[in-house]
Amino acid sequence: MLKVESLAFGFPGRTVGRDVSFELAAGEVMCVLGPNGGGKTTLFRTVLGLLEKHSGSITLDGRPIESLSRAGIARLIGYVPQGHSGYFAYTVLDFVLMGRTAHLGIFSAPSAKDHGVALRALESLGMAHLAERPVTEISGGERQLALVARALAQEPRLLVLDEPTASLDFGNQVRVLERMAALGRTGISILFSSHDPDHAFLCAERALLLAEGRALEIGAPREVIRADTMQRLYGVSVQVVALAAGGHTCLPSLNGR
Amino acid sequence: MSGRALSYLLAAGALLALTALAFAVGRYPVSLGEIAALLFSKVTGSPHSLPANVETVVLQVRGPRVLAALVVGAALAAAGTAYQGMFRNPLVSPDILGVSTGAALGAVLGIFFSQGVFVIQMLAFAGGLAAVGLVYWIGSRLRGHDPLLALVLTGVVIGTLLGSAIALLKYLADPYNQLPAITYWLLGSLASISPRDLSVAAPLALLGLAPMLMLRWRMNLLALPDDEARALGVDTRKLRTVVVAAATLMTAAAVAVSGIIGWVGLLIPHAARLLVGPDFGRLLPLAMLLGAAFLLAVDTLCRTIAPIEVPPGVLTALIGTPFFLWLFALARRSW
Repeated sequence: MLKVESLAFGFPGRTVGRDVSFELAAGEVMCVLGPNGGGKTTLFRTVLGLLEKHSGSITLDGRPIESLSRAGIARLIGYVPQGHSGYFAYTVLDFVLMGRTAHLGIFSAPSAKDHGVALRALESLGMAHLAERPVTEISGGERQLALVARALAQEPRLLVLDEPTASLDFGNQVRVLERMAALGRTGISILFSSHDPDHAFLCAERALLLAEGRALEIGAPREVIRADTMQRLYGVSVQVVALAAGGHTCLPSLNGR
Repeated sequence: MSGRALSYLLAAGALLALTALAFAVGRYPVSLGEIAALLFSKVTGSPHSLPANVETVVLQVRGPRVLAALVVGAALAAAGTAYQGMFRNPLVSPDILGVSTGAALGAVLGIFFSQGVFVIQMLAFAGGLAAVGLVYWIGSRLRGHDPLLALVLTGVVIGTLLGSAIALLKYLADPYNQLPAITYWLLGSLASISPRDLSVAAPLALLGLAPMLMLRWRMNLLALPDDEARALGVDTRKLRTVVVAAATLMTAAAVAVSGIIGWVGLLIPHAARLLVGPDFGRLLPLAMLLGAAFLLAVDTLCRTIAPIEVPPGVLTALIGTPFFLWLFALARRSW
């Protein structure tokens, strides 16, 4: 679905990262871990074609990204940016309907069918009851879910989520992770970033460790998330504990104890 | 839903009532019955028994002026609506990219070089377009910044530069002949608009309105952060260029015949958004109705409240300031 080869990325005149290569198959869930300023958001924006790549190649569904129009990219990739609050007071439904843009003609408005897609996206996240509320009046967590719903309304094959759990309480974090795993099972590829290595253990098939714009390691979470890689990534000491019930978790130790 | 329909209905009703009132009041009062009789005779082609004065006042004196207020008010409100969405800021007015300042410089140059009315209007129109063209050209070349911020900042500095050129011309102008004309133009007026002025300005304003109407759903996406709109499949650079061109055309056409009338393009879109929400397709018609009604009310007051004409730019500010603060205090939800 997505193939990234020896990618160098960054802003005009300033390269943030280089030599990043990875592939994402249909239905695969990949978590990008890395410190603040490590280049996660910049990498995502480059994969989405929002920033021009500096070198290397990005292939979407077998086609180089530079051959695709904005609408063409939007029909393949849905983007869930880090939420913010500076929107006008659109209703949640109108907001989610904006996800249909790439499927509409330039002079058209959403049809009844598009309304159906948007409503189903809201229902799948348990948000249908908020449809008529202004997006400025719902909580930060609900707004984050509205962004996910908007991306789902794009009916994409790949979903890129930039720290989708950042502003959510514990319950909503788990719900978003569950939802991402479920979407992966329906064949949608998922690329997301997180500040919590446990999120990779919980729902990702692979983890990409990004430090200073380079891919430190890529692989199954229990192989690449180790005490030494976490130390290099975040500069803190952690234990990776295998749980009796199966799975792993990352436990930081304060002051090295 | 019914709240929205009610908003349109009330706005249309107010506009109709104001239009009738505007034809009736003035130095030569005309009764509503006379207006109705005249309208009936014009529609059916049958003769009427009204004094000739009534027909002259209604059709030739007040007619063009009322029409001008409707066209200019609707155009300024539509351009302001488009810009407030596009700049994601409810404090933006159609002047933000320098169209009014450019038009003012054009008009002031025309007055300074003692040109006729038509040349002054053409210079104002061209000045408005040229100022925004320059701002857009420079602003889109400042790469590596948020494109909207680059546009706004370029608009501010170019506007300041043009403002000082205007100040210089005022300083150099003949204080007895030219300076009053310049001041008069800068305060705006609908008093001397002729049917010919309107026959040029109205089609130009409609030309600017057409793309806004056709793109009314897609316009909503410009209210999102640039990255989000692009990720949803919008070529924001192209869409912004179209919107800026359309809004500039509308504003320049209006300003060229009316001079600078502030507040309409700032206040009205804001009031309309509080009534029907931010969806551009619902917002635009209401903003145009309200803009037309507001400017017509202001202009009617301008020619009736005092023995001399009050400049509409002064009245819009006098009414606009408290109204804006009241709206803001009243608003339960944010923008």
